[in-house]
Amino acid sequence: MKLQKVDEIIDKYDGEKSWLVMILQDIQQEYHYLPASALERVASILGISLSQVYNVATFYSSFSLTKRGKHLVRFCDGTACHLRGSGSIHDEIKRHLGIEVGQTTPNKKFTFEDVACLGACALAPVMTVDSKYYGSMTPEKVRQALEQYKAEP
Amino acid sequence: MVKLTSPEQLESCREKLQAARKQGKPCVAICGGTGCRANRGLEVARTFRKLLKEKSLARKVDIRITGCHGFCEQGPLVVLLPQGTLYVSVTPDDVKEIVTTSIEGGSVVERLTYQMPGTKQRISRESDIPFYANQQRIVLAKNGKIDPTSIDDYIAVGGYASLAKAITTMESDEIIDWVEKSGLRGRGGAGFPTGRKWRACRQAKGYPKYVLCNGDEGDPGAFMDRSIMEGNPHLVLEGMAIGAYAIGSNQGYIYVRHEYPLAVENLLIAINQAQECDLLGDSILGTDFSFNIRISRGAGAFVCGESTALMASIEGFSCEPRAKHIHTCEKGLFGLPTNLNNVETWANVPGIIDKGCQWFADIGSENSKGTKVFSLVGKVRNTGLVEVPMGTTLRRVIYDIGGGVADNRKFKAVQTGGPSGGCLPANELDLPVDFDRLTQAGSMMGSGGMIVMDDRTCMVEVARYFTKFLTKESCGKCTACREGLLRMDELLERITSGRGSIEDVELLGEVGVYVQTNSMCGLGKTAANPTLSTIKYFKDEYIAHVVDRRCPAGVCKELTTFSIDGAKCRACGKCIKGCPVEAITGEKKTAHIINQDKCIKCGACREVCPFDAVVTM
Repeated sequence: MKLQKVDEIIDKYDGEKSWLVMILQDIQQEYHYLPASALERVASILGISLSQVYNVATFYSSFSLTKRGKHLVRFCDGTACHLRGSGSIHDEIKRHLGIEVGQTTPNKKFTFEDVACLGACALAPVMTVDSKYYGSMTPEKVRQALEQYKAEP
Repeated sequence: MVKLTSPEQLESCREKLQAARKQGKPCVAICGGTGCRANRGLEVARTFRKLLKEKSLARKVDIRITGCHGFCEQGPLVVLLPQGTLYVSVTPDDVKEIVTTSIEGGSVVERLTYQMPGTKQRISRESDIPFYANQQRIVLAKNGKIDPTSIDDYIAVGGYASLAKAITTMESDEIIDWVEKSGLRGRGGAGFPTGRKWRACRQAKGYPKYVLCNGDEGDPGAFMDRSIMEGNPHLVLEGMAIGAYAIGSNQGYIYVRHEYPLAVENLLIAINQAQECDLLGDSILGTDFSFNIRISRGAGAFVCGESTALMASIEGFSCEPRAKHIHTCEKGLFGLPTNLNNVETWANVPGIIDKGCQWFADIGSENSKGTKVFSLVGKVRNTGLVEVPMGTTLRRVIYDIGGGVADNRKFKAVQTGGPSGGCLPANELDLPVDFDRLTQAGSMMGSGGMIVMDDRTCMVEVARYFTKFLTKESCGKCTACREGLLRMDELLERITSGRGSIEDVELLGEVGVYVQTNSMCGLGKTAANPTLSTIKYFKDEYIAHVVDRRCPAGVCKELTTFSIDGAKCRACGKCIKGCPVEAITGEKKTAHIINQDKCIKCGACREVCPFDAVVTM
């Protein structure tokens, strides 16, 4: 795996170890997950232990050590969404994709995750696919939305 | 953008900008907050631009994508200025009629105006709508008026005048004095007196000193800070710069949670613009005061809202809080004196410098001064952002501004303070909302989340929800929080799944008190509040779960059975269509039936039935 991009990202933050969290965020944005070789590179260049890098990589919920699918499907389980039926949104996504939260479909098309709150509470319950928000969701609307992505080549 | 190397140049620039913004020139202000964007708000804006261009009106009518207006339930929102006509739930298909009827024709499109619930009365002026009329907007005042990506807009409405006043005419101690006398207390939840914190940091030994802005806003259901950062980022920068000058700091950080990409984007734009104008950076406004701000992004951890955990994250570690025997104002970020304040706290500072400490102290209640922004969400008619003087009652916020409980259902409780807060029943609705009174009642004001619950909310399940959230978010450092919350979660799972006993409820209360008294940080110390407050005010629901094996609200699946009341059913078929597992059958004019073997108890049928025919047992 080419690690030049990792080096460029670290350079962007002047190689300062205090920017570890944001360095990992940029690496994840580039590769869609945190490859082990990238984490080793980060530890080596920043001059910190690999265990510290993994400590950070495994502590924060937005990081993934495994490859994600093409589309990231998230259901919001913030309090407003929870009260307005996020449970049924979760159940419908699970049923439709055939995977649990934290898993990726076998064809690598979808990864299913939960999020505590997106701050779009007026639209509760909310689902996102990548950066697109879907508000006032019902199980039927979940089916319609996911069918569109499934139909993509 | 022009470099502003003196307060006089800033004022001269402001005058020119105000003159260029011709009084009375029509403007279409479209809400660009996250909620309206998610609802095709930007598509509405694009449609306006295209149509005005086609009609050769682009030079005569401004279009401005603004920050969050706060009336989120009714979005996408469009306000026509200068007349102040508000259109709600606007779709791209409505734009043509608005342009033809209102912009060209000078009339109002009645069907797009706000309709008072339960009546045919329509209100076209934004300022006349009770949701807005009953608020006192100071922090959010400019959100609907400016483009947050335009420093010109911010300067035109008076921006950076307070910074110029502070750094060229006031001494540091004088500024701290004003903030102390204003009575401003931290808006992030702890309510610590801001002036006292600034003074302690100023007096601390060590250099450099840091000023931090806590934009982590992890409380589910809270989006006040998001709307301030997205909608008026310069207000936050100006507040931080004034604080940095007073404290003796030259470096600031704004920590923004991972889930707020638009806030990060708008803050970065604002920082770059301010630097280009010498309103940030070296030699601000030609003085020898320098102040730089960097953005640090969170990566998904609720505990990072705690001050020491946030600092650990900026330092490149996982966020584990530490004991504060030594306060962070003495040894904080990188072991140096650090002042951390919440987004809304910083946003209040320019107003205090502009209008004076007495002006601020005259607003609010005895020990809680100024206004507070609340995110009013849940089972309420008018979901959105509400800014009211401290001391305003829950009833006024929920009913006079919020419009009361949605779908004509019965009020059951209001949850305040996020996962650190508690649930208050109907007989506490006349409590004034401020730092002290809600805490005395067993909840807390917190950062401003206010979640309305109706008779279809199970309070035991609410306790379970918050406890489960906190078990995931606990950093794991101290035993009481880590193990205590897990035990509470197990007990609540048993109770909500029909396997609990009255002894489990008693034990739950005991463990909750143990977690409360033995945890190190704010997360752990307040984690039991949702459970303890629901046991206090809604004990009967707990009893129903463990003695009667019944969930009165019809939420806990193992304790609920859904069926259709044949006397009420009108055979409309909505439940059949809404059922995700095809568990309902029925022909026209025949009462529908739920197949209990197929039913997954999601409650979708009850939500869609217009006749309340779906009942729970």
